[in-house]
Amino acid sequence: MTASVAGLLPDSTGHFGKFGGRFVPEALIAALEQLDAAYRHAQADEAFQAEFGMLLRDYAGAPSMLYEAQRLSTEVGARILLKREDLNHTGAHKVRNVLGQALLTRQMGKKRIIAETGAGQHGVASATAAALLDLECVVYMGEEDTRRQALNVARMKLLGATVIPVTTGSRTLKDAINEALRDWVTNVDTTHYLLGTAAGPHPFPALVRDFVRGIGVEARQQCLDRTGALPDAVAACVGGGSNAIGAFHAFVPDESVRLYGFEAGGDGVDTGRHAASITGGATGVLHGARTFLLQDEDGQTVESHSISAGLDYPAVGPEHAWLHETGRATYEPVTDAEAMAAFKLLCRTEGIIPAIESAHAVAGALRTVPALAADLGRPPTVLICLSGRGDKDVETAGSWFEIL
Amino acid sequence: MSVSKAFSQGRAALIGYLPAGFPTVDKGIDAMRAMVECGVDAIEVGFPYSDPVMDGPVIQRATETALAAGVRAADVLRTVERVAAAGAPVLVMSYWNPIERYGVDRFARDLASAGGAGLITPDLIPDEAAEWIAAADEHQLDRVFLVSPSSTDTRLAMTAGACRGFVYATAVMGVTGARAQVSEAAPTLVSRVRPVTGTPVAVGLGVRDGAQAAAVGAYADGVIVGSALVSALADGGIDAVRTLSADLAAGVRG
Repeated sequence: MTASVAGLLPDSTGHFGKFGGRFVPEALIAALEQLDAAYRHAQADEAFQAEFGMLLRDYAGAPSMLYEAQRLSTEVGARILLKREDLNHTGAHKVRNVLGQALLTRQMGKKRIIAETGAGQHGVASATAAALLDLECVVYMGEEDTRRQALNVARMKLLGATVIPVTTGSRTLKDAINEALRDWVTNVDTTHYLLGTAAGPHPFPALVRDFVRGIGVEARQQCLDRTGALPDAVAACVGGGSNAIGAFHAFVPDESVRLYGFEAGGDGVDTGRHAASITGGATGVLHGARTFLLQDEDGQTVESHSISAGLDYPAVGPEHAWLHETGRATYEPVTDAEAMAAFKLLCRTEGIIPAIESAHAVAGALRTVPALAADLGRPPTVLICLSGRGDKDVETAGSWFEIL
Repeated sequence: MSVSKAFSQGRAALIGYLPAGFPTVDKGIDAMRAMVECGVDAIEVGFPYSDPVMDGPVIQRATETALAAGVRAADVLRTVERVAAAGAPVLVMSYWNPIERYGVDRFARDLASAGGAGLITPDLIPDEAAEWIAAADEHQLDRVFLVSPSSTDTRLAMTAGACRGFVYATAVMGVTGARAQVSEAAPTLVSRVRPVTGTPVAVGLGVRDGAQAAAVGAYADGVIVGSALVSALADGGIDAVRTLSADLAAGVRG
């Protein structure tokens, strides 16, 4: 694996090996081409990059801190570094992506954004960026989620967004994506689809990755500054996979750094109730890309299950599929129970309430410590992407631990 | 049997869509055979799929019903076989993942042996279709890709060049569903496709009655009707499908 290989992907048609590509109606191809051109232009445009950098710094709070979790480190026998994306404005790494895409929307001369959301985090982030840049914002959200996440619906409305409950299909995140795609096909001249993760048709996986890859770029330098060396491992949770690809990408050329993506194992992969697309799925096409997905023998998408709404998605971004296939990154499931144990451990040892998504990364990272230590002959340095904060999850956690 | 037969009658061909398995597999077959008897020239059999991003509410509801009843690939192929036996060319319309999962070459082989004419692929563009194009050649199947009002001239030529049987022109920017007015973008799109291909051009998305079919048939080689037939079947059963089919068939026959 060399830097140049990592930097060249995807190829010009959006493929990471056999993954990625564009599996969408022809009606969307023109918009994807326009987006690709705008994105390429923005990458080389100093004014765009300066504005993006200013917003990340002054508005979102980047670079997020790298915090050495000393009590947790002592507890588990490793040096644990937490990349504090949970301290960003809106409470997660997602603000990086929405700011980048909202700026692109303005550059393309479009006035309206649409977004999908599961629990509401990406919807809130999209509504935030839309308010900031004076764009109309429509968020598609599964009907059941609008009830379960009434507070996030209220947040989006406070920020001026319209929230449309989705009543088709399984009424979950994947159906919210379907509805957003239908809206986009119909209104593509005026509308940008602000996709919330590093998935979907080309150029979304590359574009979202590049807007969030600051996570890893910052963390790599922060780790060098603090420890004088690269970490032995980088760990992140993987649903669609945006925080993970953001954390991994700068480290892909560093062969000594092991990359671990932790998927939502739900009740356990062997129970069939999980969201582990790589571990428990198969290659196929969903939402515009070839990747790993949960599907039945006929290629029908199977519903995913996870305690974490942000990981509850039956597919994964195509670059993760490729990193898995090449062996550069390792993907493992973490069950609901393991994630909640790590959630509690982080609360009690560090005074940090993580998003349940991020608790999957903590749980998985801690699980790898004994093998890493044995392999290296010393306590390993493990960098964990703490992708979001847990305010939104207090009700779920309170119920899990039977304190509410 | 290629679909080309449907386009060689000196008038616009009428192509009717219903999903397999709606309201049941056998009733769906009966409805499609009734369409053929009432003058529909070719049948599109929809392969029900869990995530139909190109479809509006009418077809979504019908395919959800079919999936909830457990419709499988074998039911789609049985529908093709029974409807083809009625004498009209039959194409399958499917989102890509069910075909890829089944096995592209295997599906092409089984579709051909069921007497199917070919496959319409709403979310597969020729750029990603090398395996399907080879399988279609191997099994002598028509392959129908979609063009859109937003397609560039370059893409129109490339896509039309990859089509065999006909070119599917989506008349409006949007999902499937009957509309009060037939799109004004459609004649323009057809006139842009004609110079780049000798393959017939059929227009779909929005046609609901004989008058609209006649209007589209005046400038296109084929008229595709989907949601209106699905609504007819859902609301009025096979009798309503017969009435609408006869009206549409009279429309294309002027």
